Amino acid sequence: MPEIRVTPLGAGQDVGRSCILVSIAGKNVMLDCGMHMGFNDDRRFPDFSYITQNGRLTDFLDCVIISHFHLDHCGALPYFSEMVGYDGPIYMTHPTQAICPILLEDYRKIAVDKKGEANFFTSQMIKDCMKKVVAVHLHQTVQVDDELEIKAYYAGHVLGAAMFQIKVGSESVVYTGDYNMTPDRHLGAAWIDKCRPNLLITESTYATTIRDSKRCRERDFLKKVHETVERGGKVLIPVFALGRAQELCILLETFWERMNLKVPIYFSTGLTEKANHYYKLFIPWTNQKIRKTFVQRNMFEFKHIKAFDRAFADNPGPMVVFATPGMLHAGQSLQIFRKWAGNEKNMVIMPGYCVQGTVGHKILSGQRKLEMEGRQVLEVKMQVEYMSFSAHADAKGIMQLVGQAEPESVLLVHGEAKKMEFLKQKIEQELRVSCYMPANGETVTLPTSPSIPVGISLGLLKREMAQGLLPEAKKPRLLHGTLIMKDSNFRLVSSEQALKELGLAEHQLRFTCRVHLHDTRKEQETALRVYSHLKSVLKDHCVQHLPDGSVTVESVLLQAAAPSEDPGTKVLLVSWTYQDEELGSFLTSLLKKGLPQAPS
Amino acid sequence: YCLSGHPTLPCNVLKFKSTTIMLDCGLDMTSTLNFLPLPLVQSPRLSNLPGWSLKDGNAFLDKELKECSGHVFVDSVPEFCLPEVRLRRANNLSTVDVILISNYALYDALPIHTRHTGFTAQCMPRNHQCQKAQSASLLLPSPLKDAVEVSTWRRCYTMQEVNSALSKIQLVGYSQKIELFGAVQVTPLSSGYALGSSNWIIQSHYEKVSYVSGSSLLTTHPQPMDQASLKNSDVLVLTGLTQIPTANPDGMVGEFCSNLALTVRNGGNVLVPCYPSGVIYDLLECLYQYIDSAGLSSVPLYFISPVANSSLEFSQIFAEWLCHNKQSKVYLPEPPFPHAELIQTNKLKHYPSIHGDFSNDFRQPCVVFTGHPSLRFGDVVHFMELWGKSSLNTVIFTEPDFSYLEALAPYQPLAMKCIYCPIDTRLNFIQVSKLLKEVQPLHVVCPEQYTQPPPAQSHRMDLMIDCQPPAMSYRRAEVLALPFKRRYEKIEIMPELADSLVPMEIKPGISLATVSAVLHTKDNKHLLQPPPRPAQPTSGKKRKRVSDDVPDCKVLKPLLSGSIPVEQFVQTLEKHGFSDIKVEDTAKGHIVLLQEAETLIQIEEDSTHIICDNDEMLRVRLRDLVLKFLQKF
Repeated sequence: MPEIRVTPLGAGQDVGRSCILVSIAGKNVMLDCGMHMGFNDDRRFPDFSYITQNGRLTDFLDCVIISHFHLDHCGALPYFSEMVGYDGPIYMTHPTQAICPILLEDYRKIAVDKKGEANFFTSQMIKDCMKKVVAVHLHQTVQVDDELEIKAYYAGHVLGAAMFQIKVGSESVVYTGDYNMTPDRHLGAAWIDKCRPNLLITESTYATTIRDSKRCRERDFLKKVHETVERGGKVLIPVFALGRAQELCILLETFWERMNLKVPIYFSTGLTEKANHYYKLFIPWTNQKIRKTFVQRNMFEFKHIKAFDRAFADNPGPMVVFATPGMLHAGQSLQIFRKWAGNEKNMVIMPGYCVQGTVGHKILSGQRKLEMEGRQVLEVKMQVEYMSFSAHADAKGIMQLVGQAEPESVLLVHGEAKKMEFLKQKIEQELRVSCYMPANGETVTLPTSPSIPVGISLGLLKREMAQGLLPEAKKPRLLHGTLIMKDSNFRLVSSEQALKELGLAEHQLRFTCRVHLHDTRKEQETALRVYSHLKSVLKDHCVQHLPDGSVTVESVLLQAAAPSEDPGTKVLLVSWTYQDEELGSFLTSLLKKGLPQAPS
Repeated sequence: YCLSGHPTLPCNVLKFKSTTIMLDCGLDMTSTLNFLPLPLVQSPRLSNLPGWSLKDGNAFLDKELKECSGHVFVDSVPEFCLPEVRLRRANNLSTVDVILISNYALYDALPIHTRHTGFTAQCMPRNHQCQKAQSASLLLPSPLKDAVEVSTWRRCYTMQEVNSALSKIQLVGYSQKIELFGAVQVTPLSSGYALGSSNWIIQSHYEKVSYVSGSSLLTTHPQPMDQASLKNSDVLVLTGLTQIPTANPDGMVGEFCSNLALTVRNGGNVLVPCYPSGVIYDLLECLYQYIDSAGLSSVPLYFISPVANSSLEFSQIFAEWLCHNKQSKVYLPEPPFPHAELIQTNKLKHYPSIHGDFSNDFRQPCVVFTGHPSLRFGDVVHFMELWGKSSLNTVIFTEPDFSYLEALAPYQPLAMKCIYCPIDTRLNFIQVSKLLKEVQPLHVVCPEQYTQPPPAQSHRMDLMIDCQPPAMSYRRAEVLALPFKRRYEKIEIMPELADSLVPMEIKPGISLATVSAVLHTKDNKHLLQPPPRPAQPTSGKKRKRVSDDVPDCKVLKPLLSGSIPVEQFVQTLEKHGFSDIKVEDTAKGHIVLLQEAETLIQIEEDSTHIICDNDEMLRVRLRDLVLKFLQKF
């Protein structure tokens, strides 16, 4: 029985290091290859040795697909392709291909240069890894090989985020990556057509949340920022370089312009500046409004937002700073946080999800005394605010997507187990679709029953269709044909054609039955009586009286003959082929009962 | 069907499997050459041209016809010859299901189709072409409102019609497979000619038609042509080859640059009539490299078009449609085209029209890029009038669509220099033969013009398509039946049904299975489902009418094949309790006599005939015995 097998190596009942192994119709595909931000040891990368035990990955995997450039989706890629060893194709969208190496390099710098880790991937490895990448367009159908094809859909989550449909023959799996069903200030909403996959693998970060309207959240955010700077406080917004940062920048930029505010807004240098540039060049991936207006005014050219310098952090007076990374686990945002944490006038706004183990997660869960490296204890007096701006679909959005794609079953990844459990029940109850949520290393097996495509000869099909149009044929009609299987080529043809093609002669099997009738009249009259009798009984059939005295019912031939010995008996020869078996057999038994007395 | 006589501006209609597909709808603008230029300001020279009257003294047309240097021109708003006029009646265009557009030059007639036919289906040009479409239509004079039909020419369309046509457009990406009514699948492929230009593949499960239009093997800015996907086509329709097969685009670009430099050095101005997108990107890129080396970096470049800004901006953001080199630039991230730098350094300036800012910034000598290349409307008319009198100035023609001599005719006498450097990167005939060898289509279909050398150079046998089998040609308003027959269609068999099939191996490697199933057809997709269980015979009930008993002859009995070995058959008969068997040899076979039952069985190579008394039991027994020796289909 054909089946689809799914094994999460990461992101199974967890957020971080997304890596899902899918086997579909004999093809093996790896979806995402991320790292875990909460760990600094072996656990940060997926356990690739699970895939083949000892064999080469390239032999086993047909392709790797990366949904978007966040490190928890692509962070382990150089490690996987260069250090573990994989030479097959890696598919991602153009923006992802552009931005991914920069984030990887940044991540490498933090890990190696700052933390001094050995045995980490090098810059060269990132470059070599990116050479294996094949970029795809939205909706482009890419043939990975003769049977396996993939297609990208817009996912909205960040610039270049995509959902992927993996299809082999009539079996298909859709992997959503991270997605967002509500358009935001710079990206559109995720969209997929009614592709009816066998399995939909969806993220479930916000499985239990149903968020209030976006507008309220934005107003709230602006109010908090405004209040803080009014009373002279500093606002720190830890963000990831791409994605939320741009949305919030657009938001603040327009707000500043409207309110005519002079308080400086800074953007941490390097990455983010470059990032804005990418947005300018990948305008087609943003939302409709930006696409339409970009000729007049590119939304990503900010007037009020300036580059940040490390020295600015000590400047007196209010300011707003966007700094990377978003979970306060390293880098500039953590440095600034340390400096400002002691002052209760200041505020940190966490605009996105924080993985367990990061400083961001700790302060959000209410911890106010943090143990930093070197056994220092940092007391957090500044205000901590959490605002969900992260562009994941909420429960409503997930349900909406499942409804759009109409899958046979759903598999949840990239979420916390408890929340998944809740969503799983909801999906099973409301949508009546079976739902799975495997843990890491656990395999889900789904039996599938793919239809078998064969070629049907046009002649046969047209004949059937023409007959199907008859008004009486409301009940299902039977199509009769012969399937020729030659090598792996399957063709359905009419039986006559099959015989002809194979050079086989048809064997005609004919029956002729002698039916004795008592009738003293002449043969011709007997035949005539038989004719009128049959005509009255067989209303639906074509009964004909031929000039030579014989009678036909469809293709069954009846002939009357007079045996010499007994003039009172006539012998009726009923003759038919095997194809008319039922009719012939029926006729003989009918005639055996004799003819009704002719009306005199 | 072919609706256009112009090989580079094709407009074909393809009927394939009950769908009707229109391939491109270009607008042949050469007719505008018969009109006088539309000046922006009244030009005393043009309005003082002597009137010209028809010999029959038709006063009605007098005012509109004027003479200039021996040529007669129509002094009115230009009108265009529509591609489909002649076939419109014969072939109702409202039946067109979909229009496929290959590149930005080929949808000019779109608003006309959508307006006059009530056409409601989708059209699908490539992604950014939507924006390009707007730019092209803006080029045309806008105050043309009423669509008056003058003989076979029509006036241009209005802005409103353009917008309504554009709203019907559906954008697609390269290699995106689009299902049309479940019957055919169309896929656009990169053609390498212009930003977003495409070739199309129209295929069903067993047939494949490729439509190649305006393709280029040269590496300029767009994504290179996708040739691999064109392989295994049943039919390849080839249109939009280069219009100047003898000119080498690279050489022309060199000539363009050197002439430009020469004029500017002598203090003259250069006018380049061009379209607002396409080749201009390449020209600007060449100039970017050239002007520095030629020491001309102080000469201003002006690009004047209502859509100059958007054209330049749009070109920067469609990195995905560009060639590899340009793509990797975006990854750095840098703008893919160097004209961004030209703009930044103020070397290239763009203006929506000659009014406004342009008059303040205008500095001579300079280079001006503007439209329309026919020199009949657009800002170019103004520059022709302005610079035409000085021999220092030069006009350089790069677009091959119009004959430059005819374009210049109404401006005669003209003092400025004219240089013709047509740049046409589309396929030439040598490339075509290479391509055909590579792709190996079963049949090639192309416009008639391509199957014979051009009339001007009839000795050049190399300037025609050469392929085996010879290309099938079509001409305007001709209908061509494509030479392939559809024989198979895809059908799906439900797994339950497939499990129930019993294949027999007939010959080594060939197996047969008899299929009886219910056919379901929905959206042109066919599915075979297992037949419903035969209803249990209602034996308990008494049948009232005899006709209830009449078997449904629609239940088909399988065909039989094979032959019956007599000896074994007789043995089998004996085993089943028949005695008194007599076998007689006949000319063709044997006759087996069962004397007791007065039954005769004739066995021949391909037939068996059982003749018996009316004894159903016996007959059925014999039948089953015979069937044991035969194969059913």
